[in-house]
Amino acid sequence: MTLSISDLKVTLGGREILRGVDLDLRPGRVHGLAGESGSGKTMTGLAVLGLLPHGARATGRIALGERDLLGMSAKELNTVRGGEVAMVFQDPATSMHPMLTIGRQLTEHMRHHLGLDRKQARARAVELLGQVRIPGPEAAIDRYPHQFSGGMRQRIAIAIALACSPKVLIADEPTTALDVTVQAGVLRLLRGLCDDLGLAVLLVTHDLGVMSAVADEVSVMKEGLVVETGPRGQVLRDPLHPYTRALLDSLPGETA
Amino acid sequence: MSPTSVPSKDPEAGGNPKAVQDREGTGTASAPKAAGTAPPRAGRTGGRSPLARFLIRRVLTALLLAVGITLVTFVLTNLVPGDPVAANLGQRALGDPTIVAQWKAEHGLDKPLPQQYLLHLQGVLQGDLGTSQQSHRPVRDDLAEAVPATLELAGVAILISLVAGVAFGVIAALRRDRLSDHLLRILSLVGISVPTFWLALTAFYIFFYRLQITPGSGRIDPGMSPPPQVTGLYTIDAALAGQWDVFASAIGHLATPALVLALYTIGLLTRFTRSAVLEVLGQDYVRAARAKGLPGRVILFRYVLRSALVPIITVAGLAFGSLLSGTVLVEAIFAWPGVGQYAFKSATSLDLPAVMGVGLVVGAVYLVINLIVDVLYGVIDPRVRLS
Repeated sequence: MTLSISDLKVTLGGREILRGVDLDLRPGRVHGLAGESGSGKTMTGLAVLGLLPHGARATGRIALGERDLLGMSAKELNTVRGGEVAMVFQDPATSMHPMLTIGRQLTEHMRHHLGLDRKQARARAVELLGQVRIPGPEAAIDRYPHQFSGGMRQRIAIAIALACSPKVLIADEPTTALDVTVQAGVLRLLRGLCDDLGLAVLLVTHDLGVMSAVADEVSVMKEGLVVETGPRGQVLRDPLHPYTRALLDSLPGETA
Repeated sequence: MSPTSVPSKDPEAGGNPKAVQDREGTGTASAPKAAGTAPPRAGRTGGRSPLARFLIRRVLTALLLAVGITLVTFVLTNLVPGDPVAANLGQRALGDPTIVAQWKAEHGLDKPLPQQYLLHLQGVLQGDLGTSQQSHRPVRDDLAEAVPATLELAGVAILISLVAGVAFGVIAALRRDRLSDHLLRILSLVGISVPTFWLALTAFYIFFYRLQITPGSGRIDPGMSPPPQVTGLYTIDAALAGQWDVFASAIGHLATPALVLALYTIGLLTRFTRSAVLEVLGQDYVRAARAKGLPGRVILFRYVLRSALVPIITVAGLAFGSLLSGTVLVEAIFAWPGVGQYAFKSATSLDLPAVMGVGLVVGAVYLVINLIVDVLYGVIDPRVRLS
């Protein structure tokens, strides 16, 4: 299923944070969203799931297939959240509840969205942990988030996001809080899942190195607008917009 | 306490090589190796029963503190300037040295202080708290009547405060900056600032004397006899004995003083719950729970309240302590025959065994409350239990 965002505008406290964003996500493709801090990348991701901060207003259209997510009631949106569109957050240390076992956090939305019983949900959770390559999933399921390393936690967070077989995955800076050595593993996992499951992935990141490693398409945001969109090779090697060029030039050495 | 950094260290050490493995080979190759390293780690962090070990540690600490309490009450009581002999014997008897010496010997006051303390400690261990010089009854028997009266009053007050305070706090946080939030803020400020004794007097005057809708002082109606003693709590004893008229009377007599006592703690708990819930609402994991499409009540009870409970029970424990001290004045106004009244009477008559007995009981109650709070931390938060 495709997700297309058109003319998305978000105002918060009288300030226009997004000024007409257009993005298209397609199944099996990773769409990278780059830009400096405050350019509106994360807001775009949050707007899709209706998770904007208190008091923010969004207009425009966010179409999941034929349905407009912005026009949905809270109840309808809740069936989409976690079920059809899932999200992975920046810091796995804070995005999981520290007092609930990861088994609980893996199964609760499955039971809610898919109506599975305890046993089925647990079996699926073990399978998911194996899929994101957590060693010893049977034992891991009864542990708490603080008993895992950062990279493992982010894998678990990805497993949680994938639990209800969503069509669209929004990954908000999923590797920023991780060690460089662990980053590559998590990115490879995301890329693999996107290919295997036909997920449409929106990868929000300020790291152009990350972008060049996994994205198919790249969009660059500046001050609430998408200034450039195109295939990765073209945008990163032959940028049309001066801002993209400036971003690339600011990279140290041969990273890009 | 740094729950995230300390315990995560050892999985980190084991985790990184595996992450490297994942990048190199495919998942299937690394799985058996990884499974081989998992059990010893589970053994180290999990242990046999972390909760049991945690409990034993806390109980041992509490026992040590209990000994400390006996020492402190003994020393403080003996530091008080004042002569128990003068306080207890009449003018004429005081003039007669043999009577004074005999009285001192009877009450063990002729021995050196360290020996007096050891005798006292020995007595405490055998459940003997000495004889009250005022009532001429064993202090233990006096306390056995006074302590349940106070516990019943303070217990009902803390129950009311917990239910009302937490509910109000949650409502205020969820409806932040709206009318209900402002109204609750005013209520909690009033609750915190109004002096309890004044409130008790006013409530007694208005509801009993003027409106005559509440029963007067004491624990039950004067015409009734107390229910057969099992727990010492009149409500429970009456219910156990099936004496429902006594039960109703006991509840009626409890209502006003308990509500008066509770108003302060309701205010306190409302404020703390509000800020605790607001803090948790801003956490990433609450947003993540929303992103999972969980229903609002699941997020509130499973995600938000669970975290907010940690600060709430801390304050509730402290609040119970403040209830015990607030009860002295409230007991006096409502003629409630509890520990507060007993402590006041024995302190003003320098009834040292009784004062020490009260000190011991109040200290023990604090210890138990702290123990309960500690244990609840462990039950609620796995990081406390496992570290």
